[in-house]
Amino acid sequence: MRIPHLLRLFFVSCIFLLVDFSLSVAQEDLSKSWFNLHRVNMLIFLVFFFAVIIYFIERAKRGKSLFIRRIAGLDAIEEAVGRATEMGKPVLFISGIEDVDQIQTVAAMIILGNVAKMVAGYDTPLLVPICQPFVVPVAEERVKEGYASAGKPEAYNRDNVRYISSEQFAYAAGVNGIMLRERPAANLMFGSFYAESLVMAETGFSTGAIQVAGTANIHQLPFFVVACDYTIIGEELFATSAYLSKEPKLLGSLKGSDLVKAIIIGFLTLGAVLETFGITHFTRWFFIE
Amino acid sequence: MRREIPIAICLLAGLSFILEYFIPHRQVLSIFETIRQWSIIVIAFAYVLGLSNLVRVNFHVIQKKQRDWLYKIILVLGVFFTLIVGIIPYFGGIQEGTIFDWIYYYAQYPLQATMFSLLAFFIASAAFRAFRIRTFQASLLAITAVLVMIGRVPVGEKLWPGFPDFIEWIMNVPQLAGKRAIMIGAALGAISTALKVLTGLERTYLGGD
Repeated sequence: MRIPHLLRLFFVSCIFLLVDFSLSVAQEDLSKSWFNLHRVNMLIFLVFFFAVIIYFIERAKRGKSLFIRRIAGLDAIEEAVGRATEMGKPVLFISGIEDVDQIQTVAAMIILGNVAKMVAGYDTPLLVPICQPFVVPVAEERVKEGYASAGKPEAYNRDNVRYISSEQFAYAAGVNGIMLRERPAANLMFGSFYAESLVMAETGFSTGAIQVAGTANIHQLPFFVVACDYTIIGEELFATSAYLSKEPKLLGSLKGSDLVKAIIIGFLTLGAVLETFGITHFTRWFFIE
Repeated sequence: MRREIPIAICLLAGLSFILEYFIPHRQVLSIFETIRQWSIIVIAFAYVLGLSNLVRVNFHVIQKKQRDWLYKIILVLGVFFTLIVGIIPYFGGIQEGTIFDWIYYYAQYPLQATMFSLLAFFIASAAFRAFRIRTFQASLLAITAVLVMIGRVPVGEKLWPGFPDFIEWIMNVPQLAGKRAIMIGAALGAISTALKVLTGLERTYLGGD
């Protein structure tokens, strides 16, 4: 169903008027309000974002082919696993230091499943040191599932998913110990990392392992770029699941977030131009309290 | 049902946190606060899972007398010793001046500080590699880094009074623009992944089909 341009314009104008009105309303006592009007812009953005993603998922489900650009870092995972197999050494998967309530850890767990499947196919041991106890059962389940998917459930070794410590540097010391003692040929680091990122990545570099890292913590990205062979930057970490599985519904969601990104770039450009000419009302619509 | 129930719990918990952002009402916030406390309790139980994994993995190594098995004994003993002195009231619990407190301040704390201080050396070795001028991009990186370093120390201002302002411009304009681009992309990716998890589109993290 096609919506006429004029109607679309009217609809968008109504939304902006609603935002404008909501932001100008003074809410005296927020603790007695059922809705924070000053956050209506965020609600509209979320609803719009969700609608776009669902639209693209539905489109993908109908069989519309969706292009996804090549991500060198993700292609390198298989190369790294292959290298470890050739050398007869294990693969080390590090899922960051945060708990499963962090979306980066969830993304890391999704990648872990794919890596486990790949590793099982090559008969290579997979070592998974864990920082947070809640991640342990999730990681165990993902690795087990990966081995089962590859048709080798008997190759799964439960002791290879190891809880190290919830303390940041105790964990880093534990992981460094594994790198130096067991000499994995491939180190895969995906998830949320902080100051320990370089400590682990440099140790991995010194052991000569091929290293692929991915995080959305921008302050750690330069460390990974320097110390690792391939780095997956920011959003690419969240695209991994779609990229590796090529499942239409996941690719659809990726396409949806790309469209929203393009719209945001458009708004940013428009806002910059308007601000340059002293028109500040437009940018006010995007303020969040 | 093995998948439907976790997805339903995930959806309800996720929605409650989204709603919390938009509904500031006192009564509703108290419900969300209760949910948050539940999650803290559940997370606390997860430490039992962590402990059992740690004991199991290390016990197998000790049992089979594999490499470094003696260290594993020390590790397991250390875990249980700290646990006992922290829990049993006879040892004073976790208060100041107790054995637990001593272990924290005189063993764990300096050990962690040692690991953290290693970062300085790792940064030096990583910077050495990063600043090797091999390509145009590496040259650009090295020149910018040198300029920023000089501009951030007093000698920079002595060389050229406008140096600190120029460095601030580098940090606040090109550097910040690149950083924000990554942040916006990552935030959208995170929202999109969260949506997939909440709606059950992304269920691979739950394991077995």
